Amino acid sequence: MAIKINPEKCTLCSICVNTCPFGALELKEDKIVVNDRCTLCGACQEACPSEAITLEETQKTAVSSEHKGVWVFAEQRDGKVKSVSLELLAKARELAAGLKTEVCAVCFGHGVQDLQQLITHGADKVFLVDSPDLSSNPEDYLTAQLSNLIQQYKPEIVLAGATALGRSFIPRVAAKVSCGLTADCTGLEIDIEKRQLLQTRPTFGGNIMATIICPSSRPQMATVRPRTFKKNAPDGGRQGQIIKLDFNKEGITAHSQLLKFVEDVSEKVKLDEADVIVAGGRGVGKTENFQLIAELAAALGAALGSSRPPVDEGWLPYSHQVGQTGKTVAPKLYIACGISGAVQHLAGMQTADTIVAINSDPSAPIFDIATYGLVGDLFKIVPLLTQQLKRE
Amino acid sequence: MNIVVCLKQVPGTTEVKINPETNTLIRQGIKNIINPFDSYALEEGVRLKEKFGGKVTAISMGPAQAVDMLKETISLGADEAVLLSDRAFAGADTWATAYTLAGAVRKMGQIDLIICGRQSTDGDTAQVGPEMAEMLGAAFTAYVCQIEEISAGQMRVKRMMDEGYEIIQSTLPAVITVTKEINIPRLPSLRGVMKSKSAKIPIWTLQDMGLDPKKVGLNGSFTRVVKIFTPQHDKKAEMIHGEPEIQVTCLLGKLREGGLA
Repeated sequence: MAIKINPEKCTLCSICVNTCPFGALELKEDKIVVNDRCTLCGACQEACPSEAITLEETQKTAVSSEHKGVWVFAEQRDGKVKSVSLELLAKARELAAGLKTEVCAVCFGHGVQDLQQLITHGADKVFLVDSPDLSSNPEDYLTAQLSNLIQQYKPEIVLAGATALGRSFIPRVAAKVSCGLTADCTGLEIDIEKRQLLQTRPTFGGNIMATIICPSSRPQMATVRPRTFKKNAPDGGRQGQIIKLDFNKEGITAHSQLLKFVEDVSEKVKLDEADVIVAGGRGVGKTENFQLIAELAAALGAALGSSRPPVDEGWLPYSHQVGQTGKTVAPKLYIACGISGAVQHLAGMQTADTIVAINSDPSAPIFDIATYGLVGDLFKIVPLLTQQLKRE
Repeated sequence: MNIVVCLKQVPGTTEVKINPETNTLIRQGIKNIINPFDSYALEEGVRLKEKFGGKVTAISMGPAQAVDMLKETISLGADEAVLLSDRAFAGADTWATAYTLAGAVRKMGQIDLIICGRQSTDGDTAQVGPEMAEMLGAAFTAYVCQIEEISAGQMRVKRMMDEGYEIIQSTLPAVITVTKEINIPRLPSLRGVMKSKSAKIPIWTLQDMGLDPKKVGLNGSFTRVVKIFTPQHDKKAEMIHGEPEIQVTCLLGKLREGGLA
């Protein structure tokens, strides 16, 4: 298992040395050497113009063909299915069409409302496990239950929302069923011939995109941030089956239990479901000044967002944070006030349809991705904007 | 309490830039640092030890150079540190990494608590902690922002979810991942720095941990990176100039045109 460089083909052009994201290749006298930082990512192999680099790998066993179907974990909270699950059903339909297979939604909860919407949004089958024990999403039970179903029904692909819950328990399922999992995918495509899911995700804080496959393990599992894909309009004519399965907690060790949930009430409009977001950054300066941002948000019926510095400074609770370590949003309109546009922030909002940037620094990177840019003092521009909106 | 803290050495990401001409990462001057989220994990481990007694062991899987980072953990309060390093570990994805870390924890014997940062700043997957917990058959709680109580083989923690906080009670041994709200990491003490200078960091290999060579490194990884590329920003902002009044009127006009205001 190693990177092999063919000295006869290598021209010492050093493109590979510059391409390696890990600094693992060095030009030493008359050859390229691989040091121990190499993670065998294969970036050098892609980059080499002379095809001198090969990644030698032991052949894995062929993929079993008994795995069929694209599954979506339909996450519920308080008996309501989350929007991200419907978004994933739209993507699952696309993938299933390529693979000529079916789409199944898997829902665990108690008295979950409107399961029919899983079918109208794209599921052919809904596996429902209904039990009072599952209502508050206990992760030990979810892990065991989903793992059991995967082992029993053998899906080819399993998708789940990269929500706090999904990011916490889906990796446990992947560990349990021994298969590959790719976090926070922003792109999913199918290599139909090899029946491989091409999973693209940001890495290095959004600086680099990586496309990842699971060559030999099934199911191929991926989590996807909310608002990455668009849900389909519900199709009332779609037919589907709801299959009820029993919950059997025998044999499952519940290590953890939820004692209390305290809702964050500072969030008037939910960020990840908002059509319009007004967000403030370091430029807002202090807690009190966020009032200006909140007033503009109120005038637009928008959710209030933040880049990381205001949350780090304690001006706003974490639930408002947009970006790599916060929420991913994709509203129709995103107004960034006093946000410079670090890649980590951009990673969380750059798919917004229209981005307005208000910043005093004309060279701020936020202007590179904005639709409209206003260079100026946010303390003048934002209140004027609020006033004009209110006047109507 | 016997505590293990898992750390990863990452590039200081704020310094990672792309050369616009060659579309490659500019690595010059990039220092490797402790993954910022892991510093909170280490600090929490050291605080728990100070409160309950016991031992904090820092572990990391990585190349030989990660020894420097592990020495730093000694200066920050870890009692011992172990580097898991072997050519066979190269190319590990989260599953193979979790398997290797779990192997190290098993080799240590009775461990009460394993603390990880919520995610790394380079890979950003947040998967290694939960995968390792499952492999060890330990309790798992993610995004812990406060440890409220530990007693009689149980712990009660506060954690941050999408919609608010949860208070979770779980059994020990447990794996937790922590957020930056949990504490403010200390600076190295003078005594710690002295201690770290003379600290010996043992290196455990595949064989030392008795791991299955088919389950580590690239061999043990279910995922493969097939392509790496730079995201393209093809938008260019339309700049709206003038006095604030004019800027605002002009912007509102454009937003209305698009049906956005």
